[in-house]
Amino acid sequence: MASPQRPSVVRRFLQLAWRNSVALTRVLRANPLSFVGFVLVAITLILTVIVVVHPSLVVPYGASQNTGVYQEPPTILHWPPSIAHPFGTDQGGRDIYSDVMLALPLDLGIGIGIAGTSVLIGGFLGLVAGFWDKPGTAGGATSTVIMRTTDVFLAFPSLILALAIVASIGRGVWAAFLAIQTTWWPFYVRLVRGEVLAVKHLPYVTAARAAGVGEGRILTRHVLRNVMDPIIVYFTLDIGTVLVTFSTISFVGAGIPFPGPVPEWGSMMSFYQGAYLLSQYWWYITFPALAIFMTALAYSLLGDGLRDVLDPRTRRALTQSVTTHEPPPEEPPLQAATTETSEEEEAVEETEMRS
Amino acid sequence: MGRNLEDLLIFIGKRFLELLPVLLGVIVLTFLVTHVAAINPCPRWYPKGSPAVIAHCKAQFALPLYTQFWNYFSQLLSGNWGASQLGVPVLPVISSAVPATLELVLASMLLMVVIGIPLGVIAAQYSGRWGDHLVRILYLSGWSVPTYVGAVIAAVFLGPYLGLPTSHEYSTTSVPFPQYTHMSVLDAIIAGNFPYTIDAINHLILPASVLAFINMGIATRMTRATMLEVLPLDYVKAARMKGLSNFIVLYKHALRNALIATVTVLGLTAGGLLSGTVVIEEVFAWPGIGAYAFASLGGGGQPNFDGAIAVTIVFAIGVVIANLISDVLYGVLDPRVEWR
Repeated sequence: MASPQRPSVVRRFLQLAWRNSVALTRVLRANPLSFVGFVLVAITLILTVIVVVHPSLVVPYGASQNTGVYQEPPTILHWPPSIAHPFGTDQGGRDIYSDVMLALPLDLGIGIGIAGTSVLIGGFLGLVAGFWDKPGTAGGATSTVIMRTTDVFLAFPSLILALAIVASIGRGVWAAFLAIQTTWWPFYVRLVRGEVLAVKHLPYVTAARAAGVGEGRILTRHVLRNVMDPIIVYFTLDIGTVLVTFSTISFVGAGIPFPGPVPEWGSMMSFYQGAYLLSQYWWYITFPALAIFMTALAYSLLGDGLRDVLDPRTRRALTQSVTTHEPPPEEPPLQAATTETSEEEEAVEETEMRS
Repeated sequence: MGRNLEDLLIFIGKRFLELLPVLLGVIVLTFLVTHVAAINPCPRWYPKGSPAVIAHCKAQFALPLYTQFWNYFSQLLSGNWGASQLGVPVLPVISSAVPATLELVLASMLLMVVIGIPLGVIAAQYSGRWGDHLVRILYLSGWSVPTYVGAVIAAVFLGPYLGLPTSHEYSTTSVPFPQYTHMSVLDAIIAGNFPYTIDAINHLILPASVLAFINMGIATRMTRATMLEVLPLDYVKAARMKGLSNFIVLYKHALRNALIATVTVLGLTAGGLLSGTVVIEEVFAWPGIGAYAFASLGGGGQPNFDGAIAVTIVFAIGVVIANLISDVLYGVLDPRVEWR
């Protein structure tokens, strides 16, 4: 019985990949900036893989290594950018280009890790709080507790709370990670709960319930799938924002110590900040700062473009503003819901046939 | 109908009462972070403390949790918010620093309104064309710039280039008039001292612009989205058909409706603005609570336990009040909201 299942799984995967790539091309065609963002994001991801798998392809020197090329007297170790050292060297003879590249996996990992964990934690709590919110039930009580806790977390400016956490639990990359993580997830609770509340009373959900679909299945297949769009948008946007916040925490001095085995952009900036104010060593801090800026900008461009296409409000507005001279296309929500339902039912039938 | 003064007071009062549990939660969460989460925090809070200071701190942390919480809570309520290690009391310093930060934040909100909202209108007007793309690059750059980098670029390059001062509120250390409000521009205006007013505004421009640039995206983005929703509506078309100029249609008819959402969103930027002050005030030597937070939370290697608790709570109160204001403003601006 296993053999007939295989092609169906493969076909489903291909279908999904096709549908997603169609959606992606739609996003990229809608706006040239999203395309730029997408290319930059792809470059960061490819570079990350190369740095992790085979660093010597793109990184000529080791982390914080004294390149020692300029050690003949008079000993000047800090040289402006040149062919051999595209980002220059610092007062310790460290090749700034190598350190910036070596920091890429860690910094991207921090951004994706914190944003991703927030999506998981906040998304789960938001689903629970939005889906089982009937007052007077155990679910309603849970929902209230979750939302009140979220409100408290959201009352803090995230940087301040993160700094307070770092100041009391200690410094280092894990402390900073934990601190930002603690302040980051509540936003997703509110986001996902709002979306769930908007979706869960739509006719197609009621229809699925009337058809006898179980609650858990309604939650995962019918509700979750329809709240994914804004989650994807904010996840993409947040990768950049987390990076920027992390760099600020490093700037206050709570990141990883810089001349060390693992470079990190924020702590590099923090280490070089004194030299920058002298402004004759402009290349010290410029390149780590540019790295943060370009990476954050890449994910923001992509996320912002995604939002334009995925957010039904802006999408409707965009299509209408293009066709201002014609009557605006009426989009009754019912129609969308029914197509959605039929698609869902197809999927249900398909899976039931398989099992 | 639910839109008279009495209803408004009830509306505000209700919103205010809803905040009290949040404030209590803020106090509890700050306690958890500073007293419970850390395993051995004393050496970190007093890196240069004498053995006696460390021993005193350890004795405090060794007390049972409920005693610690009671001490902390009663300290907060009694208004005795402790002192720094050098014996400078926390509460007077903070309360004299709050107006400066408030001034900075309000100035950048003003810039966000004056610059950010028209940018959003331009983006909507040219949606999908180069005007839109340029505006998008601008506000996404603001999002992507690390606060410190933005502040330093302004302080080291823009300031000298434009001839603007890059530190403190005035050019002189003492001012020849009483500072009633501790807001530099307002004090100078109250005193009727014109040169000092100009001086104070000059000092305010750079930090406020950096803070606004970093946070502007939210206002611009929101204006663009709501304008795009409003522009295809019939009443805008009717205004055009009456022969009104493009400017009047956009800024008087369309923007007025789009503003409701934007004003609400402005209140939500309070968190970002206050976070920004931490680094910006430090770079521009602005005598506000952000610079105090930077120092208290260990920026200069001399953390201040009582100060850290105080700034964390004060910043949270700031966000809560900003949310309350934007909530109430939304209710006032949108005629569909009933106040009861």
